[in-house]
Amino acid sequence: MFYTLRETFSAFRRAPLLTSLSAAMVGLALFGVGLFSLAAHNLKLALDTLEERVEIVAYLRDDAGTDEIAEMERALSALPEVMLVEFVTKDEALVKARRELPEFREVMTDLAVNPLPASLEIELEPGSRTPATVDRLAQQARLYPFVEEVQYGQEWVDKLFTLRRMGGVTATVLGVAFAMVAALIIGTAVRIAIFARREEIKVMQLVGARDGFIRRPFLFEGAITGAAGGALAIGLTYVTFRGILHYLFSIEWIPVEWVAAGILAGVIFGVIASSFAVRKHLREV
Amino acid sequence: MIKFIHVTKEYARGEPALKDVSFQLPKAQFAFITGHSGSGKSTTMRLVHMAERPSHGEVRVSGFSSERTSPRDIWKLRRQVGYVFQEFRLLPGRTAQENVSFALQVTGTPDKQVRSRAQRLLSQVGLSSKTGSEVHELSGGEQQRVAIARALANEPLLLLADEPTGNLDDRATRGIMDLFWEINAMGMAVLMATHDLDLVRRYPSARVLELDQGRLVYDSHEGQDTNGSVD
Repeated sequence: MFYTLRETFSAFRRAPLLTSLSAAMVGLALFGVGLFSLAAHNLKLALDTLEERVEIVAYLRDDAGTDEIAEMERALSALPEVMLVEFVTKDEALVKARRELPEFREVMTDLAVNPLPASLEIELEPGSRTPATVDRLAQQARLYPFVEEVQYGQEWVDKLFTLRRMGGVTATVLGVAFAMVAALIIGTAVRIAIFARREEIKVMQLVGARDGFIRRPFLFEGAITGAAGGALAIGLTYVTFRGILHYLFSIEWIPVEWVAAGILAGVIFGVIASSFAVRKHLREV
Repeated sequence: MIKFIHVTKEYARGEPALKDVSFQLPKAQFAFITGHSGSGKSTTMRLVHMAERPSHGEVRVSGFSSERTSPRDIWKLRRQVGYVFQEFRLLPGRTAQENVSFALQVTGTPDKQVRSRAQRLLSQVGLSSKTGSEVHELSGGEQQRVAIARALANEPLLLLADEPTGNLDDRATRGIMDLFWEINAMGMAVLMATHDLDLVRRYPSARVLELDQGRLVYDSHEGQDTNGSVD
């Protein structure tokens, strides 16, 4: 192990330019993945925000009894898909309408009778905001005889979920493509670094070093190159994030698990690429 | 030490590199393999080192058979066989001592012993004053001496030398040959490939195996009993 560590670090010392270039290539390859992650994460957040606006509103008849309404509120609240049920009285509905629709404020001020109905606003749990669930709960609300009408913006919900599906597929396809390109670049960078040291591998074989012994420092070197590249990619992505935040618009930084996954991906790609490259040279002698 | 039993080596294209070659090299013998370029000298060396396997026949080296030794176990054979090349094959950017130490380290010599053993090996080949010199600072003859010291690192039973004097002038060649004889006198078998017949004639006591177009056409020790000390 001591030999492995010493050889790994002396390899960096002996060829600093080559190893730095390898790490830089790995870093730039993973930077592409980092930028994609930043965009994908913020797109997801935007869709999540839109999705939070998905709610069902059950408008109630004016003659609906307080007990009946309370019973409906209790029954709906007990459903696992429902996060919150809020009762909005006729007066609250009018205040809300005046606040949210200022262009009709005068019309609504001169009213002799409040025309707006009381309602139950049903908010759903994050995983239950699908068109099928929303539709099923709306049907359930319609079963109450004192419910005048149920609205949930079916067209809007359908479009939102189509958008989410498209976003998911696009993100997966692009993510895989970016990861493959990064893997190819990392593989090439590590192979170039090992190719420059093929004579060392041959000499080790000639004097009787075991294959595992020969392989270990190169795998370690691949891991370090990958980790250094991963760290560089994170740094570049963070600089880009700060730039966008400062000069363009507000965005969120990617989750820390994604950052760890990026560095881990660099390490894994580095080790795999080293393994393949060393194996090729081991077979030559 | 070495036994070739009806060895033929064929490649995908062209004529076979070796055709039905049989010979034995006993322990502690000094032998030249001679012949023109393409006669099969280097193929013979590579077969002894098991860098290649015969297409037909069998090669036995120090108890290892080409038919039974798995690629995973070749390192065991190679610790018993030193190899010296025409082009030295030293690691650039490292000193003479680092080149020899490298061979000791990768074969598991304890760290505490590496330095002293490398210095002893370099002294043995007459380079005690050049241990700290980088490879590019050494003459061709000195570089070949470092390569020989490296080949001796594992205290092998057999030394293979493939055209080791091909890049050296007369004086350096004599020095290297003297060194080979000293090593041989210590009980190590030496098998040296060379196309230089003048060099071969200078050492009449050595055995000579001549290859021509892949066939063994001359063996100076033909008829002598060498069976007893093989393996």
